Amino acid sequence: MTGARLSTSIEPDRLVKTHCCFCGQQCGIQLKVRDNEVIGFEPWEEFPFNRGMLCPKGVKRYLQGSHPDRLTTALRRDTSSPSGFSSLPYSDAINRVAAEIGRIQQAHGAGAIGVLGGASLTTEKTYLLGKFARVCLKTPFIDYNGRLCMVSAGAANKKAFGIDRTTSPWSDMVGTDVIWVAGSNVAECSPITTNYIWQAREQGAKIIMQDPRITPAARTCDLYLPVKPGRDAAVFACVLQIMIERDWLDHAFIDAHTVGFEQVAEYCREWTLPRTAAETGVPERALMQAAEWWGTAKTSFLFHARGIEHHSNGVQNSLGTINLVLASGRIGKPKCGYGTIVGQANGQGGREHGQKCDQLPGLRDISNPEHRRYIAGVWGIDEPDLPGPGVDAYELFRKIDRGEIKGLLSICFNPKVSLPDNAFITRCLEKLEFFVAIDFFLNDTAWHADVVLPGSLQEEDEGTVTQVEGRIIKINKAVDCPGEAREDWRIIQDLAQALGRSHGFTFGSPHEIFEELRVASKGGVADYSGVTYEKITQHLGVFWPCYSQDPQTGAAIDDHPGTPRLFEAGSYNPVAKGSGPFYFPDGRARFNVAEYRPPVDDASDEYPIYLTTGRVVSQFLSGTQTRRIGPLVKQYAEPRIEMHPRLAAKLGIADGDWATAETRRGSITLKAQVVTTIRPDTIFIPYHWAGQKSANQLTVAAQDPISKIPQYKVCGCRLRKADAAPDYAAVLEPQQ
Amino acid sequence: MAKPDYLHFFLDPNRCIGCQSCMQACSECDTHRGESMIHLEYVNRAESVQTVPVVCMHCEQPTCAEVCPADAIKRTGDGVVQSARKPRCIACGNCVVACPFGVPELYEDRKIMMKCDMCYDRTSVGKKPMCATVCPSQALFFGTREQIEQLRPLSAPVNTFQFGSQTITTQVYVMVPRKLATVAPHLDVTAAMDVRPRSRAVSLKVVSTPAGGPATADADSDPFAGIEV
Repeated sequence: MTGARLSTSIEPDRLVKTHCCFCGQQCGIQLKVRDNEVIGFEPWEEFPFNRGMLCPKGVKRYLQGSHPDRLTTALRRDTSSPSGFSSLPYSDAINRVAAEIGRIQQAHGAGAIGVLGGASLTTEKTYLLGKFARVCLKTPFIDYNGRLCMVSAGAANKKAFGIDRTTSPWSDMVGTDVIWVAGSNVAECSPITTNYIWQAREQGAKIIMQDPRITPAARTCDLYLPVKPGRDAAVFACVLQIMIERDWLDHAFIDAHTVGFEQVAEYCREWTLPRTAAETGVPERALMQAAEWWGTAKTSFLFHARGIEHHSNGVQNSLGTINLVLASGRIGKPKCGYGTIVGQANGQGGREHGQKCDQLPGLRDISNPEHRRYIAGVWGIDEPDLPGPGVDAYELFRKIDRGEIKGLLSICFNPKVSLPDNAFITRCLEKLEFFVAIDFFLNDTAWHADVVLPGSLQEEDEGTVTQVEGRIIKINKAVDCPGEAREDWRIIQDLAQALGRSHGFTFGSPHEIFEELRVASKGGVADYSGVTYEKITQHLGVFWPCYSQDPQTGAAIDDHPGTPRLFEAGSYNPVAKGSGPFYFPDGRARFNVAEYRPPVDDASDEYPIYLTTGRVVSQFLSGTQTRRIGPLVKQYAEPRIEMHPRLAAKLGIADGDWATAETRRGSITLKAQVVTTIRPDTIFIPYHWAGQKSANQLTVAAQDPISKIPQYKVCGCRLRKADAAPDYAAVLEPQQ
Repeated sequence: MAKPDYLHFFLDPNRCIGCQSCMQACSECDTHRGESMIHLEYVNRAESVQTVPVVCMHCEQPTCAEVCPADAIKRTGDGVVQSARKPRCIACGNCVVACPFGVPELYEDRKIMMKCDMCYDRTSVGKKPMCATVCPSQALFFGTREQIEQLRPLSAPVNTFQFGSQTITTQVYVMVPRKLATVAPHLDVTAAMDVRPRSRAVSLKVVSTPAGGPATADADSDPFAGIEV
């Protein structure tokens, strides 16, 4: 059924100031609530990041709560039921899950259970989930869907700066000389950022956009770099080479605040203009122009997103951008910023506090003995009992395939749609002895579950989220969970209790979890110890690090304002201890050789076209929510294959024809959208759909060796006019 | 209550990213249930991602009202041209045909014309119109002339439009590059209809290159021209 639009004439009982449930911008919004139902929205113009602005997803997000698909009871797999599931009492479901986990762990060891989390959860939930996996389940095998999102940027940030956070608030963009956007379709994936860019342009900034497609924001940029998918590191190396040749460098900054420039300069030497232009598809004059604008600017902001990060070379691509920033010396000052756009709501906070396989709360390292001792102390366990590093989310599935992991608990993750080569993922899900999913709608992955526990929508719980700028914001509860559904943190604690290991899982509220998280993060790089719910509400967000104890003097402080801009001259951090602004013992940032490597499964004679994937503005991630919101479905109902008219003409495909794209993993038949706004050697398919419309049937599971991010943004593919309309064409997508 | 006269609507299609946030938000309003009064269209999606948002321009001499045989379209004292009044509107569609900006739409099922009324329910109580509040690119902006001048020094507001021999002055301003506004204070809309949409405008003025290839590209150049398929 179509998302039932509620009457707009009903007056709300109250307005709840909170944030959008979707992307990492975390726009402030007021939800209209009446009789325990969200019935509409009103812009929240006081919230400083978006000042009332919202994208179409934010405008219509209020419709999700009243959707008939909302899970209100626990479900168990039941082949005799037409839906494949039948309801069971919540407590029975919890007991069944605990019994299955117990059985599997007794037979195969603690590590036979895997846990998958997600970065749309509040920080409190991600903290609790990490603690639950390691303390209650005693398994090292927890990872999260930020693995598909933020890990390349995060790894590069840690290698270069020693800290993983956008360095500056977005307001630093306005007033800069140059803004460089590398691999980010801001207009569709983070629409609110567009206004910052246009504001900057009105104040004189030149806008550089690097993308294989002329995205809506690229249409009017000052310099468009039409990069061939997967060639970004070469672009950055060439630009740095020109800056070196022209001496467009900040020598004083490089000498005083960095190490490693010489090796980077040595590497860049091979990236001459002709070679780079040939390899990357960016014309020589455009490379030269980018270098001139970037090299001679006095102020600048560079940011990137999945376009350069979703690669088997994603960390190197990200490091390439950081090298440009460090060579310019434009960081740690007003109007001088660097950042990476997070995809999910809590893409930042969700990676800091323990659901990532190699990290402990506070961005601590799970392999560092000192870090382990501190967290074990907070959790009241012996350090040797704390599991070591696990494996990334894709490797976790390979472990399922090999029979090493036999039970899986998944929350806020839809790997059947979102992981590459997803036929493999489906096979793995069917191999599991036991699979429990916590969800609010039955997502495509949860269809494979043995038990589904009804969790909470974002508006049904409170907690904190850390958005794109590093600003911690507060999600406020608007309505109660319906039926037997309950807050995710309660479900996790109910499981701990049923497993007979409730010690450390008796929190009475998200606020209590946050208070423990403050302690757990204290002294870590991501120090939240000075953050309180009250402070967030009062200041409309607090940027971490925010200390409860002065890292320099050790004195207690209760009014630390937080840190909107990192690396300011003279700033003190607990790693450098005063020796410099960056988070290394010597206080210096690191240049890293950012080596170009061609993509895995690159275009070839057999598969001559580049396939790239991404988002459209009205849909979000695997579509579990947005494919259920009628007006958003109407805006962009089904995926299409975007292709250039020259490619289409060569293959005899006209706009609107069915076309089949094929890779080494699978094929997909969708309608063609023939447009001049994409490289003629590249096709684009958005990834928000499941089943036969899923772009990830085609993508390659090649991963970055450091970050383990999959290479979603390029693989070799071939394209032809379809022989016939696909089977699914006759059956409409369940109209939601 | 009336819309305060120091607040104006400014429209900058150059900023528009086609996200439809304005339409989605407009359709939330109770006065025109479920329908968006703002129009947003691709100029020619095959050639460009360029989109154009169209709100009612609130003409000083509204053609829609002038051609209305039922006198159903009223202009309030603050310059806002209202949607058709239900008891009067005969759904003849004269206004739909006559409006030079293509704004009014006839709703056959309801037998009435409806159009943007600048969110009169909001603007008359000191709020911004919904579309201009949510617009993520601020292609739609509502505020004072001082604000727009301070925020957008490279652009200038224009509110005189030429359609053949008809000159129209409107309450709503369109932002154009400031350097153009001084030489062409009117926007000649009919002349612009012959201009094809540009996939993108780019100026590549390079001081000099080590490779010796000075280059000034044609502003309309196809950035993908050299790519083989």
